[in-house]
Amino acid sequence: MADKVITDFIRALRSADIRVSTGESIDAAKAVRLIGYDDRTKLADTLRCVLAKSPEEKVTHDRLFDLYFSRNLDAESKSVSDTAAPDDTGADATSDDMLSLIESGDEAKITIALEKAGQEAEIQDIEFSTQVSFFAQKMMKSMGLERLESKMMEAFRSQTADGEGEAEKLIEARRDMFMRARNYAQRAFETYGAGATETFRQEFLSEKAITQLDRRDLERMRTLVEKLARRLAVKHSRRRSKKNRGQLDLRKTLRKNAGFDGVPFELLWKNSKRDRPKIVAVCDVSGSVASVVRFFLMLIYSLNDVVPDIESFAFSGRLESVGEILEQQDFSAAMDEIIFRIGMSSTDYGQSFSDLKMDHWNVIDRRTTLIILGDGRSNYGDPRVDLFSEAASRAKQTIWLCPEAESQWGSGDSEIPRYRPFTNRMVHVRTIKDLERVLDEVLASYN
Amino acid sequence: MRLADRKLGGYLSVMTEIKTGYAPLTSIDAITAGLASVGYISTREISTAIYLAHNLRKPILIEGPAGVGKTDLAASMGRFLDVPLNRLQCYEGLDEGKALYEWKYGKQLLYTQLLKEKLGEVMDGATSLSAAFDKLTSFEDLFFSETFLEPRPLLTAMQQDQGSILLIDEIDKSDEEFEAYLLEILSDYQVTVPEIGTIQAQVPPLVILTSNNIRELGDALKRRCLHLYIDFPDPKRERAIVQARVPDVSADLLKQLVNFVHSLRDMDIRKRPSISETVDWARTLLLMHASELDEDMVRTTLNVLLKHESDIQAVDKELRKLTRDSIAGQ
Repeated sequence: MADKVITDFIRALRSADIRVSTGESIDAAKAVRLIGYDDRTKLADTLRCVLAKSPEEKVTHDRLFDLYFSRNLDAESKSVSDTAAPDDTGADATSDDMLSLIESGDEAKITIALEKAGQEAEIQDIEFSTQVSFFAQKMMKSMGLERLESKMMEAFRSQTADGEGEAEKLIEARRDMFMRARNYAQRAFETYGAGATETFRQEFLSEKAITQLDRRDLERMRTLVEKLARRLAVKHSRRRSKKNRGQLDLRKTLRKNAGFDGVPFELLWKNSKRDRPKIVAVCDVSGSVASVVRFFLMLIYSLNDVVPDIESFAFSGRLESVGEILEQQDFSAAMDEIIFRIGMSSTDYGQSFSDLKMDHWNVIDRRTTLIILGDGRSNYGDPRVDLFSEAASRAKQTIWLCPEAESQWGSGDSEIPRYRPFTNRMVHVRTIKDLERVLDEVLASYN
Repeated sequence: MRLADRKLGGYLSVMTEIKTGYAPLTSIDAITAGLASVGYISTREISTAIYLAHNLRKPILIEGPAGVGKTDLAASMGRFLDVPLNRLQCYEGLDEGKALYEWKYGKQLLYTQLLKEKLGEVMDGATSLSAAFDKLTSFEDLFFSETFLEPRPLLTAMQQDQGSILLIDEIDKSDEEFEAYLLEILSDYQVTVPEIGTIQAQVPPLVILTSNNIRELGDALKRRCLHLYIDFPDPKRERAIVQARVPDVSADLLKQLVNFVHSLRDMDIRKRPSISETVDWARTLLLMHASELDEDMVRTTLNVLLKHESDIQAVDKELRKLTRDSIAGQ
């Protein structure tokens, strides 16, 4: 039982996206045996130390710890100390019918009864808020709802004033108990289910087309984007020099082994330095593409740890550098300003590329990944393919992200097919996942 | 459930015996007191982590901003328990030759030369090729023995019979491969040298790893460690720390200067002042015979706290208000 308290808690942590391995569960059980349940703060310190392995996880841990252990501590320690004979007091509590339980007003006893009913209803499986009533009902059943109801029926059937009063009391008791069960189930949902729901929603959002996202999803998207960025950062923050095994560096080896009479004890291999990734993002911020740009820029600026070198430009009619605004201001305010200031004129790819050439040509060098984000709809103006091909030949690689589906490329004023031959890849990005995949490939190309 | 319970119980009973050269750490309060006796002001959380690390035989990974006393905790533990501290400073390109062990090539070469000259004597009496081969083989083992092994910090820590503190500092600066070398040491307290075999620590050291979060550490490493996050201290604890380091500072000044440092940390600046900088500042103010903060004195000594020109300029603008608030807020 004592271990069950911990395993259930770990289950709650896992549902909130904290990864806890089996080894860590054993450590937690050992640590708790060492510390005991008596002192709440000590217990919190201990579990935080053993189970939560980053500042963010510690915050989540503390929230769940308070929720999980918020149950009456007396009842808690009682049910824990019952390990040896779990049937003793627990059974007593439920064998009382609900009425006497409520009449007794003994909160500890009621809590134990709820606890036990919750376990019988397997409440730790709760996943969605819509299940709260269902589980509350299940708990009521295991606490003897049927007995109570049959008693109620009997009282009604007697058809006396006393019977009526009795029935009234029973209905009142049932309502009261149901409220308690509901509250209990609600808390269980917050402990076990809320995290899972959040994960589910994020999973859902990452697959949803960016253009169809609601304004109210934005906050959740932001956490999602941060999570993706962290994942990419972990994956790509590897060392910068890689060993070319097999290529002996003769000069270094001779120098190093001069002390051993030239006998080559220690071999040194040729290393080649890796280039640091550099991204130049050129984004069309006119109405049709703006929402995708928002998440794309959010994602690459969250990658600052891995890609310290980011230059970004926004254009519709004319092109402007926007790196400074994005770095200095709050992200969404900066984005609003950019879209308002730059995104309002009619799109002209040719003019924008020539602006890029005039003012910023030297930001594109041989270690640059040039990423264009736009639908390639240039209002029938000259697309200046010549300038684009020149830019692409200066860069290490050129990737075009297009929010339109492939079937639309080339229709109407879309110039995508004319730009396409000069890009390394032309990708249709629809969801956040697509953006992540592209950036993953870009970063991988520097390894 | 029953079965799992019993299994767990069996597993738990194995870990009761802990052999150390020092008195076992029996309570969290004892650790706090012990650390205080060597001048380290601990918190409940820090002491709990040490207590768990000691009793569960687990390494602790400490994260937090620069200058909150992560490294100092390890050093203080060494002083408190009176055991040696083996420190390994990590950097990009650190390899096993510098962290674990290395062969003493030069010495091996020297001995080979000696052996060459004495080869006739050694081979004396060996009539057949196989007899000569056997004799030579016995020397080969000699060359790859502990005599020719140069222990580096990690191996040294495994060889301490009285227990020790092993500090692996700034693990985030090392490469990912190096993390993998560490896994064997962190979970089993042993080092494998291919030519010799496995060297197991008789008394496992207390391992403390620190990280400034330059890069995310691997999950495998985090899983094997307890995790402690040390943030900047609250004013009360920082006052206690400064008091312990600079005992002569007056109570009023102490409160004011700690308040001031805390208001700096709330500002949006490039490098927030660390604890050691607070201590340095307290020493500076003491040297200038200050009994209270005043604006001019703060301005002239600001470079003790802030190390970037842009930060100094940003703070300078609001210096009057900050100083006044710090004096008022005691």
